[in-house]
Amino acid sequence: MSTIPSVPGGARRRGFLLMLPSLLWMVGLLIIPLGLVLVMSFGRRDPDGNVIYTFTLDNYLRLLGFSRSYPCGSTPPPCFDALYLSILWRSLVLGFQTTVLTVLIGYPLAYFIARAPASRRNSYLLLVLIPLWTNFVIRLYAWMIILRSQGVLNSVLGWLAGLLNLPFQPLELLYTPGAVLLGMVYEFLPFMILPIYTSLEKINPSLYEAAADLGANPWRTLWRVTLPLSMPGIVAGTILVFVPVMGTFIVSDILGGRQVILIGNLIQRQFLDARDPAFGSAASILLMVLTLAMTLYYTRRFGFGEEITSA
Amino acid sequence: MNHRHSFWLYFTVILVYAFLYIPIFVLITYSFNSSRINVRFEGIVNLEPCGPFYWFCQLSRNREVINAVRNSLIIATLSTMGSTVIGTMAALALQRHDFPLKRFAEGSLYIPIIIPELVMGIGILVLFTTVFRGINTAFHLQGNARLGMGLGTVIVSHIAFSVPFVALVVRARLHGFDRAIEEAARDLGATEWITFWRVTLPNITPSVLAGALLAFTLSLDDFIITFFTTGPGATTLPIYIYGLLRRTITPEINALSTVWIGIVFVLLLVIQRVQQRD
Repeated sequence: MSTIPSVPGGARRRGFLLMLPSLLWMVGLLIIPLGLVLVMSFGRRDPDGNVIYTFTLDNYLRLLGFSRSYPCGSTPPPCFDALYLSILWRSLVLGFQTTVLTVLIGYPLAYFIARAPASRRNSYLLLVLIPLWTNFVIRLYAWMIILRSQGVLNSVLGWLAGLLNLPFQPLELLYTPGAVLLGMVYEFLPFMILPIYTSLEKINPSLYEAAADLGANPWRTLWRVTLPLSMPGIVAGTILVFVPVMGTFIVSDILGGRQVILIGNLIQRQFLDARDPAFGSAASILLMVLTLAMTLYYTRRFGFGEEITSA
Repeated sequence: MNHRHSFWLYFTVILVYAFLYIPIFVLITYSFNSSRINVRFEGIVNLEPCGPFYWFCQLSRNREVINAVRNSLIIATLSTMGSTVIGTMAALALQRHDFPLKRFAEGSLYIPIIIPELVMGIGILVLFTTVFRGINTAFHLQGNARLGMGLGTVIVSHIAFSVPFVALVVRARLHGFDRAIEEAARDLGATEWITFWRVTLPNITPSVLAGALLAFTLSLDDFIITFFTTGPGATTLPIYIYGLLRRTITPEINALSTVWIGIVFVLLLVIQRVQQRD
């Protein structure tokens, strides 16, 4: 506070006042709402779909398969139903697959950009950003056009088959789990590329030369030098990809055509069609706890710095 | 610093860029489709008015689209103004002052980054419905006087998720700020307020603008939070397109996407320029 010749108490008050609007917004629109969701998750649904605030763990037990008040198919309660566990498991698997694929696809591009001449790096990065800022929903629509049974991909395949005189049946690509995975990878790929790029760009190029001078071949250099030094970027990218994949319902809604139900779809339906906000709140809290646990585990284990904010 | 990369690296890079751009190329191509149902490409449209740009002209007469665009722009503009001011104030506070609850305030800014947007959206939905129901019953509000979701709720919610990003961008710039020039201004007799307006603010303007543009694009792109906080008459473009995707879509929506991509492209070029000057 060298430039502000006022009493420390005044400076503290000034700092607090500057922070106040942000604090109000974060508490009022993020922390209090999360608290409300937590309270609601212990509630119960009345026959009209309203929430009765009590304290019951029924919603959480139901998520884990132990239904105390809802029938499981034709079996009356109490009963065991793995439906929600399987939805949760499918979402986790999809999150994992998306993360691995985005690393495999994104790493070479991030590496290429980081080692390009400094004058061209910004343009290469801009090329990654343009699809990212083309609206999320519009990009899903593009994949609908490509994957439809009469869509672009099937037309190209049919044309190729025609050239080779092969019989061709249009493939059913849209409304499949594969389409949802493809959509997720496409939507979130830039969130993996940007942090990996940030960590790769910080590596001193003389390290590569040193490795080569010491007799390491390119693969060994990649494995023993580049990869370990870019781990913070991969960790940040993993969080930036995994968290939104777990928390979206629109990719599976549009490209999965209601065939693929993820935890995001489950939550969304409780607040709209199914009208069981208490159960939806419990699923939201479970989702939040899962993603927070993963984030904490990763940051404790590997740590990351400015990479998380690079996207 | 020129490196010779292997053939396979170049090959992979081209494939990845192709993967990123083929859908966008397809979208733009289909906005000139002569087929109304838009399932397969059946040649370039050539209808009066406007010939090949038929769908663009149809688009400009579509009241629903115009309303959605207008709502998107109103929401993005107002939420950007709010989040830029609030975020810049937060950045100044965190970088230059010590105050009660500082660690808590700083930590709270990370919530939108680590918590799934869906959970935030649900939370804000629950908050607004609870508060509005309470007020409506307490004051016996009827008909149009009843509080409900609309442009206001969307704007307030967009500010909530944009503030942290503005604060991060501005704070990064403040970190490298040479405070000697502020001291010089003070020594020359400028008041604190004048020093802020004439010295500090002009110096951090590029990062404030970069933060504002980021907030603007985040708001335009947002689907999930908007989905849960919007109401009658406050349909944004992403929400409108989402509704159409579940029915039939004409090439009008492609034309709209093409215009959108063009605008985003120009905005990104502007951001790039601003940051390079920074």
